Amino acid sequence: MPTDLDLQTAALRSPGQLEPEGKRPEREFVRFTRLQRALHACMIVSFLSLATTGLTLKFSYTGWAAMVSRFLGGFQVAGFIHRTAALLMFGVFITHLYNLVQLKKREHKSWRALLLGPDTMLFTRQDLRQFLATMKWFIGMGPRPQYGRWTYWEKFDYFAVFWGIAVIGSTGLTLWFPIFFTRFLPGSFINIATVIHSDEALLATGFIFTVHFFNTHLRPEKFPMDTTIFTGHMPLAELKRDKPLEYEALVASGRLQEHLEEPQPEIVVRTIRAFAWIALSIGFSIVVWIIYAMLFAYK
Amino acid sequence: MPAKTIRSIFALVIALTLLSGGRVVCSASPPPQSPSTDDCLACHSDKTLTTKRSNRTVSLFVDGKKFSSSVHGSLSCTSCHADLEGKDLPHSTPLARVECGTCHSDEQKQHSHSLHGRAIARGDTLAPHCVDCHGNHDIVPVKDPRSAVAPLKVPFVCGRCHQEGTPVQTNRQIDQHNILENYSESIHGEALLKKGLTVAANCVSCHTPHNILPHTDPNSSINRRNIAATCTKCHGEIEEVHRKTIRGELWEKEAHVLPACVDCHQPHKVRNVYYAQGMADADCMRCHANEHLKAADGRSMFVSAAEIAGSRHSHPRTQAVPVSCSQCHSEVNVSRVRPCETITHTVDCSKCHEDQGQQYQRSKHGQLLAAKDPNAPSCKDCHGTHRILDKRDPESRTFATRVPELCGNCHREGQKAAVRYVGTQHEIIQHYQESIHGKGLLKSGLTVTATCTNCHTAHMVLPKTDPQSTVNPKNVPATCGACHHGIEEQFEQSVHSRLVTKTDKDLPVCNDCHSAHTIRRTDETGFMLDIMDKCGRCHQEIAKTYFDTYHGKVSRLGYTKTAKCYDCHGAHDILPVADPRSHLSRANVVATCQKCHATATRRFAGYLTHATHHDPKKYPFLFWTFWGMTTLLVSTFVIGGMHTLLWLPRALEMRRDLKAEEAREETARSNGAGTAGKATAEEDHRAD
Repeated sequence: MPTDLDLQTAALRSPGQLEPEGKRPEREFVRFTRLQRALHACMIVSFLSLATTGLTLKFSYTGWAAMVSRFLGGFQVAGFIHRTAALLMFGVFITHLYNLVQLKKREHKSWRALLLGPDTMLFTRQDLRQFLATMKWFIGMGPRPQYGRWTYWEKFDYFAVFWGIAVIGSTGLTLWFPIFFTRFLPGSFINIATVIHSDEALLATGFIFTVHFFNTHLRPEKFPMDTTIFTGHMPLAELKRDKPLEYEALVASGRLQEHLEEPQPEIVVRTIRAFAWIALSIGFSIVVWIIYAMLFAYK
Repeated sequence: MPAKTIRSIFALVIALTLLSGGRVVCSASPPPQSPSTDDCLACHSDKTLTTKRSNRTVSLFVDGKKFSSSVHGSLSCTSCHADLEGKDLPHSTPLARVECGTCHSDEQKQHSHSLHGRAIARGDTLAPHCVDCHGNHDIVPVKDPRSAVAPLKVPFVCGRCHQEGTPVQTNRQIDQHNILENYSESIHGEALLKKGLTVAANCVSCHTPHNILPHTDPNSSINRRNIAATCTKCHGEIEEVHRKTIRGELWEKEAHVLPACVDCHQPHKVRNVYYAQGMADADCMRCHANEHLKAADGRSMFVSAAEIAGSRHSHPRTQAVPVSCSQCHSEVNVSRVRPCETITHTVDCSKCHEDQGQQYQRSKHGQLLAAKDPNAPSCKDCHGTHRILDKRDPESRTFATRVPELCGNCHREGQKAAVRYVGTQHEIIQHYQESIHGKGLLKSGLTVTATCTNCHTAHMVLPKTDPQSTVNPKNVPATCGACHHGIEEQFEQSVHSRLVTKTDKDLPVCNDCHSAHTIRRTDETGFMLDIMDKCGRCHQEIAKTYFDTYHGKVSRLGYTKTAKCYDCHGAHDILPVADPRSHLSRANVVATCQKCHATATRRFAGYLTHATHHDPKKYPFLFWTFWGMTTLLVSTFVIGGMHTLLWLPRALEMRRDLKAEEAREETARSNGAGTAGKATAEEDHRAD
């Protein structure tokens, strides 16, 4: 069975490639659910909106900021967009938490099973081992580690969002409703909230648009992008190569077939690629802007 | 009465001396002492007593009665005919000329220095001696109507020589003509001769009786410098009637710039209807009405009567009595065929417009003129010449809406004043036209809007470095306050006012924030944003920290909705926060926040509007929060970055392998499906 799959994987390396007529395209591994993909897409829209509008204020001393702000329709419109996007982000966050509860009810008996199971998002001892092994691999002292469903850097990205939403969200609400918050906090907390909100946002945008982009899209073997999070599908060969532990576990349990689906229709893939390209471009532009503002125009 | 007798004899002798040119034949024997009046009259009471003088028969009769009733009646003949003293009678002839100066020394002195006296000294036979005017034995007091020099008779006494046809008028150089006729028709002559007003001016009132001098003589009563004093002997305070600006000063101090009385009220012709008839102007216009009249250097000398008639100086609405040509073009001499040929100075407006003249001389324009700068503007460069109109007249060159253009003639970029100017103001006229004042004046037609002269003054224009300049920083609040009075009142209470803050540093004044020529509406976005940089010029640190806050950042983006300096601190009424009247004092700060944040509370007002995370002393919690966040940020990036960089070579390696594998698979596929297993095996091997 694996041999058969492998045969087909080789023919399907390029998803956009037209298949000879009558030949059924090879089925792909489903890594993300529809909801997870939707949440990620919403997160992208929300995050880019928040970053763009927020940075116009943070780097208000650059000509770019004034231009972008004017393009968006002024600081008030930008503020409206920022708050709407923040609500979307909160929505994404809450939906994800709700989904976790559902997941627990559906597939796991208890939280313990969900959080400590083999597919947990929490950091485990294995992650530490893999991290160290990865370091060895980096410096040429060992082979590439056998990663499972979630690598340690993916877990880091996941929790970075948790941390970010908590920190940026709470300070953002303080800035959104300063009169309410100063009913029980001193006025200078607004100043502190400003510093934290702004710097944490810089960290988030900077990290997402460089490290996260590299880890998932710009890595030479995935260049220019990895569409898995958008299509939800991953070529089986890639699963085998990137997540050998998961692949082997699935094969061992004999449930691999359950996780295979027909590839997304061509038009969907094209749309997704266009969307991803736009998101990536905006992200890179923002990185350039941040670097310019921090290094060359800092006041 | 021996005394009386003696006097009679003297009088006789005097009479004899005066009247006899030749030898006197007398039968009486000479007494041993000086001859008495009676002795003299013994011969001279004879009406037929005559003598020959220059082939003329001259009577030597002396009327004893008249003599005794004359002012000299108490004197003896020899008092005057001194050369008969101790002489025997009959005396030899001719007697010496009586020296009136023996007693009337002052008059004699004046006379001998006078025109008449000097003519005598020259030996001019036409020159009058005392007796020619005063008579001899019948001299009575001047106030006596019978006096030869009584006011009513003076014109005729003088007129004996000074009238048409006399040898004096014919043979001597006398500028004036028809003197007696003109006088008798003049206001003075009419008053004296027709109305019998003995106080009316006669010849001697102006020329003096004895000290008669040509008008060219600086000591003459009719010299330009003295004529005013002469006329004002009778016409006291006439200057008040004429021009309040003269204040009686300039006639004495600067006689050359002023028309003397006679320039308008021509001597001997003074008419009370003079101005109405416009005679002098007509004299000028005889030549200057000619459109082709040119000066030697080619300038047109044509003067339009219509222009003058409509001008501020002639128009009946503005000028009760039109100003005549010679009032401005002083130094004319009406006795000349070309009265203007004696003019040596250009028109000096300050003789009437004294204040303006003094201001002008103090001004930069005046200083340049004094330095003989060819570019220096004088009165006429702004006001024009004959067609000067009231500045309220829309046709006037100095009407408010025309002032920017007028000043622009020199101060527009590239013009002579702008070229020599080295300061910071440029494109002055263009900027002004786009400014709120310029738009108000030129677009909205508000003639009360400030134009050049409202700030710089019309006549005392000075560079701002001059302490007296209206645009000197010290004076700017008052200058702007002339219109913006309410603002000035607020400003003078504020911390920026020199009245409040005593410091060596430069305090800001209106134009430091509002600018000078580019002044804008304060509710325009541009102004509202610029103002923060204006405050920041002095308050550098505090402005910088403002831009670290939300208010500042939004402002920096170019929006005006968030609080700017003046929204919290006030604009003109800025006071230190510690001052209870300040908008930011403890009592007022919440209300100030509520202007924008309607539900603001005291704790909300505790927001630090100038907080910066760069100051560990003032804002330690912000400082440490910032550095905590920065540490987190930097360490995350360092770790993430390192991870990425280390990964890169391995990832490249993987990509190379992948490509190679793809290539192999391609080959395998073209070779047939049989080789597929081999490729898979290789891939498996690599994954390990």
